[in-house]
Amino acid sequence: MARAVPKSRRWLMTIIAWAIAFVIFFPILWTIITSFKTEGDAVLSPPDLLTAGWTTESYGVVQDRSNYFKFAMNSVMLALGSTAFALLLAIPAAWAMAFAPGKRTKDLLMWMLSTKMMPPVGALIPIYLIFRDLHLLDTRGGIITVLMLLNLPIIIWMLYTYFKEIPGEILEASRMDGASVGKELIYVLAPMAIPGIASTVLLNVILAWNEAFWTLSLTTKNAAPLTQFIASYSSPEGLFWAKLSAASTMAIAPILVLGWFAQKQLVRGLTFGAVK
Amino acid sequence: MATQHTRTLGRMAVAPSVLALFLWMIVPLGMTIYFSFLRYNLLDPGNESFIGLVNYKYFLSDPAFLSALGNSLKIVGSVLAISIIGGVILALLLDQAIYGRSFVRLMVIAPFFVMPTVSALVWKNMMMHPVQGVLAWLSQTFGLEPIDWFTHHPLLAVIIIVAWQWLPFATLILLTALQSMDEEQKEAAEMDGTPPLSYFRYMVVPHLARPITVVVLIETIFLLNVFAEIYVTGSGGRAGNMPYLVYFQGLLNFDVGGASAGGIIAVILANIVAFFLMRMIGKNLEG
Amino acid sequence: MKTVVAGVLGSLMFAALSGTALAETTLTIATVNNGDMIRMQGLTDDFTKANPDIKLEWVTLEENVLREKVTTDIATKGGQFDVLTIGTYEVPIWGKKGWLVPLTGVDDPADLLPAIAGGLTVDGKLMASPFYGESSMVMYRTDLMEKAGLKMPDAPTWEFIRQAADKMTDKAAGVYGICLRGKAGWGENMAFLTATSNSFGARWFDENWKPQFDQPEWKATMQYYLDIMKADGPPGAASNGFNENLALFNSGKCGMWIDATVAASFVTNPKDSKVADKVGFALAPDNGLGKRGNWLWAWTLAIPAGSQKVDAAQKFIGWATSKHYTELVAGKEGWANVPPGTRSSLYANPEYQKVPFAKMTLDSINAADPVHPSVKPVPYVGVQFVAIPEFQGLGTTVGQIFSAALAGEKTLDQALTEAQDAATREMTKAGYIK
Repeated sequence: MARAVPKSRRWLMTIIAWAIAFVIFFPILWTIITSFKTEGDAVLSPPDLLTAGWTTESYGVVQDRSNYFKFAMNSVMLALGSTAFALLLAIPAAWAMAFAPGKRTKDLLMWMLSTKMMPPVGALIPIYLIFRDLHLLDTRGGIITVLMLLNLPIIIWMLYTYFKEIPGEILEASRMDGASVGKELIYVLAPMAIPGIASTVLLNVILAWNEAFWTLSLTTKNAAPLTQFIASYSSPEGLFWAKLSAASTMAIAPILVLGWFAQKQLVRGLTFGAVK
Repeated sequence: MATQHTRTLGRMAVAPSVLALFLWMIVPLGMTIYFSFLRYNLLDPGNESFIGLVNYKYFLSDPAFLSALGNSLKIVGSVLAISIIGGVILALLLDQAIYGRSFVRLMVIAPFFVMPTVSALVWKNMMMHPVQGVLAWLSQTFGLEPIDWFTHHPLLAVIIIVAWQWLPFATLILLTALQSMDEEQKEAAEMDGTPPLSYFRYMVVPHLARPITVVVLIETIFLLNVFAEIYVTGSGGRAGNMPYLVYFQGLLNFDVGGASAGGIIAVILANIVAFFLMRMIGKNLEG
Repeated sequence: MKTVVAGVLGSLMFAALSGTALAETTLTIATVNNGDMIRMQGLTDDFTKANPDIKLEWVTLEENVLREKVTTDIATKGGQFDVLTIGTYEVPIWGKKGWLVPLTGVDDPADLLPAIAGGLTVDGKLMASPFYGESSMVMYRTDLMEKAGLKMPDAPTWEFIRQAADKMTDKAAGVYGICLRGKAGWGENMAFLTATSNSFGARWFDENWKPQFDQPEWKATMQYYLDIMKADGPPGAASNGFNENLALFNSGKCGMWIDATVAASFVTNPKDSKVADKVGFALAPDNGLGKRGNWLWAWTLAIPAGSQKVDAAQKFIGWATSKHYTELVAGKEGWANVPPGTRSSLYANPEYQKVPFAKMTLDSINAADPVHPSVKPVPYVGVQFVAIPEFQGLGTTVGQIFSAALAGEKTLDQALTEAQDAATREMTKAGYIK
């Protein structure tokens, strides 16, 4: 931001932005605060911030009770695995749609999005039966495939819009030089496409991380990710706010940290693409 | 520009994705259509029988059907409006020179990282609860009667929760679009003393048309299938949408036939929505 | 590009490999995330030491998710679980379908409370073994009751409850005379309302499965409920379930609360409750018609038919629901924490009789009769539910209608008419009404 901005205006904007950001972030902040309270204090109204007995007891309970690491590892593998798998299919497809579009390309894109329109519950029994017969229930491979298919349309869409931004003349030029399609992909396209791919990956990792219906329905123990970890803390008989808050904080933390490191990349990547 | 050669190659490149998605669509869809004509209760297996359109008749004549349809559209419409308008405002704000911008940015997009089930639980019990919620405490501090969200405004409460999750997504996409605007153009506009409104009208709006279209399309797909926020907050009775109704048939009644019919109806309705959407905004995707 | 490919292949191979590696006998146990089950997970060393060839793996889920998963799995014969935690609602339905393996390893079955065991027996065979049982009762604040100048009888009437609630209510001080369930759901508000309706002489269906919401008994039930909640209930009651009311009661905002007997151990626990030393208990109220408004529920352990590991599962269920397990918990965590409501021997134990809510829990459980829940005869089994597969959906629909009435969105008559229509429609669709 090289623009010269009056100091007073800059401060004003800063205050407004921080105030809004605080409001938006508040529920998450409150969850984190609650995770350090006792169960009794967590439901007090008005909330007792000064005299509350701060404690990390809830984290201890959660640690004792569940194998957080196993759930988290599964989440990481499902999110990364499904995104990588989807990229493998999506990059060629998006490339072709962007640079060798046919008459039906736009319809094809819409059709792809429309595969996401069935309410998941409506397809639960068919998928469950198929999974049972193929012995895919509670396997990482099975759920990775489902998440891949779930996110594939979004990935193709985003990549398509990014690739559209890459000027066609560059490709023309490389073709004139006699570059093969493979070389065109690797040497000309890839460097320009990487930011777009990176941001697509990030968005889809988040979507896969948060997907709760299929991951809960199709996994039991071996492949169960953090969504199931959460489901084991929500709404038991008895007070559970502090423990659920601790579990939620632990479930959000990895992706929030990833978000922090990735956001600059994310912003740069998106800048290149769809949204120019 | 595409030659015959590249076209063939293009088809080959698209084929795996199309094939995978086609299978993913057609196999469950085929089974769902088949089940939708059966009397098939999961708790009564072995007694399946063909009953024609009875499941459709019951689903469509369900007193909850019309309100579910209305709620679906209201959720999609309001959350889209909130996230586009709010997203543009927030993006413009975050595009300013402010202190600690990357931190503010992370705080604003953070809700998108939270699992829908978790955010529904947090909002219902810790924010909006009329006795122990933070909002109730705030309104009491100002001497106001606390709002009993899920009793009196269940749909609005659901919309707020969903919007809280999707506003960050819109903000993120729109912000990055703004930041890709030419710095020099922005500066020139400022130098010339372009009034803020015409700056917005003639520079910002055209530049944001494409990203807004992308946001609308992607969000619509997800918003049509909003479920956790309704289910977890227990507001399915009055704020239930189409997916909730299908869930009700499928996992409460365990009526696979009814749920299948509902799923098919939901797909048809979603495609109608998508069709109109494309006609309205599809042209922004050209070029 | 290369790294992406390697990553995908790597993760796929890992997935394939990890799917196959399994130990000899690993029992996968689906369980609900309530305190007693969590406690059991911490005590399994006792079992695995005696059975070193059996490994236990727990899948702990909240009640609704658990029910959806377990039902989907057993109905499609997915075979994901070896031991199931299910409620008294599922056992008769699934048992009749032949989905459960009759239990053989249960410790001293004659010791099980008859009210509980009766609902778990199909064709004379015990299909599930109760892990803990509960009924419902009145929990009240002794200090507020004293302040109101009243004395709670052991077996109050609904009329007394109304008077007490009116006197205890002090909205300015944030004290509400009565907290009751209002959140829509067959196991939420309908559990309370169905149990209450029994004491008003109402029933869900007559002997020909004709819904009875158009009868005066249901009107009286709902009239009482709506009136008392309007006058003395907390704000937001239409979305309050067990936990919401527990939070209110524990922070001192409720004068009385009628709910599950397991709540007793929560409200008397000084760590989480601000009113732990000021709580009294009484039987659920009645109307002088011979039935009290309390329910009966048990979480039970069962084995799905088709399981490959029946022997190990029988052993495990035998251990988890045995007297030995009760003593194990008592020795490690005290008598107040043993799973309640399943065995006569527990209530005969002088140590357990010292627990303040022990007697009231037993009396409440004995006061419920799942086979003859209401004053008039009914064609179904179940006190606060109707043990037919359609009840989850129907109960929730009616629950939503009644919850809306509590929220003031519908009048009493509208709600009853809609409930009657919904029930007639659903029962016709399911073929009960020809």
